[in-house]
Amino acid sequence: MVDLGDAQLVAALVELVRRVSTRLPDRQVLALEQAMAREDEGSMAKKVLGHILENTMLAKEKGVPICEDTGMPVFLVRHPCEMSPKALESRIRESVAKATAAGLLRPNAIHPVSGKNTGDGIGEGFPTIHFEEWKEDIICIELLLKGGGSENVSTQYSLPNEELGADRDLEGVRRCVIDAIWKAQGLGCPPGMVGVAIGGDRATGMMRALHALIRRPGGDHNLDPRLAELEERLVKDINTLGIGPLGLGGKNTVLEVRIDVAHRVPASYFVSIAYMCWATRTGTLTIDARGVNYS
Amino acid sequence: MRLSGTILTARDAAHLWLLQKRRDDVVPVLARGAIYHCGPVAMKDDIGKWKVCSAGPTTSARMETYEGRVIKEYDVGIIIGKGGMGRKTLEALAENRAVYLNAMGGLGALYGSVIKDVRAVHMLDEFGIPEALWEIAVEDMPAIVTMDCHGASLHEEVKAASGTVRRSLLGQ
Repeated sequence: MVDLGDAQLVAALVELVRRVSTRLPDRQVLALEQAMAREDEGSMAKKVLGHILENTMLAKEKGVPICEDTGMPVFLVRHPCEMSPKALESRIRESVAKATAAGLLRPNAIHPVSGKNTGDGIGEGFPTIHFEEWKEDIICIELLLKGGGSENVSTQYSLPNEELGADRDLEGVRRCVIDAIWKAQGLGCPPGMVGVAIGGDRATGMMRALHALIRRPGGDHNLDPRLAELEERLVKDINTLGIGPLGLGGKNTVLEVRIDVAHRVPASYFVSIAYMCWATRTGTLTIDARGVNYS
Repeated sequence: MRLSGTILTARDAAHLWLLQKRRDDVVPVLARGAIYHCGPVAMKDDIGKWKVCSAGPTTSARMETYEGRVIKEYDVGIIIGKGGMGRKTLEALAENRAVYLNAMGGLGALYGSVIKDVRAVHMLDEFGIPEALWEIAVEDMPAIVTMDCHGASLHEEVKAASGTVRRSLLGQ
């Protein structure tokens, strides 16, 4: 594997942040264009999606953040056993501070008691970094910028839920997701993606739902046909709500649903829901024997 | 519609601050003026002047508890934000001949580009860049009137209509 010095690694990480903050992935641009085509001629929804696409082009052209709420940077790092997570963590924190100084990220780290903003975009548990050791001789770093608006409408249900008539089954899960998206209205800036995790504990459930937004469990499609079917059904059902782009009414309220599962204790059955806005800012940096690559 | 003029950003910390006591520094910009719920990305340029590069709206609902009082206290004419506000604000808009404009969420670059000048900034050291009160000159800022001064709210309409669909999806 190529041996990057500290300075080069930090530079590569800053470049990753720059790409993720200022350039919407091609697949998301395509999904939004397709959504726009589905809206009625002359509708508010069509105009809104038009402005969204105009904004993404402008952000890319000017090299400025697509959305001013660059949120919580979430890094998923897969590394060979020889690499120290602690060392990688330091470089990542350094790169977030540099990217903040360069105006690629908004300084978002605020102490909850004093109210003081650290000013450099890093703080206690900020940014979020998860490490996973793997067999490949590659460092793979995935980044998601998770905005506060969408995070505020993410939520977790404990089943059974009497109000929703939701039992501990996939029909119960379906009811929870519909309810969560309805409650969110336009506050999470639809149409985006929804990550769902069934099972786990409160913490691991929310984490898996969030990670599903970065990397689809199972790859290109859900490997469990029952969950694949539920994902498709949920997209259809949610879109009949008519909440539309930015909650101003329309046919496109969600573009994709991704469901992950984890084993649970008998007493608990959590349905964790991570709401992602239309600005799905993700990107990957890989470092291997051939060098540095971004995707 | 398109808005031009000097407006003031104010979000969570700023609203509390505005109500703690009358803040004379911002009285002129707010009188029949506009509050913009926004925490921008701002940087100083080569000559030390503040420039805003990304400035879309933040969720207005968080300011619901305070907005009605701020509108009355400072005679605010326009509230610009994301996602609408509640009954108390709707009533205050009617009483004060004011409106709510929905700026489009996530359009940071677009709204950044309509900001032509940063006139002043208040409480920057205390609140930090996102929460400070930025006095910004905007030109042709696109927004949609979603809550008027006659008690109508597009947000309430969408919530009600989608609520009916939700009930049928849940078999209720």
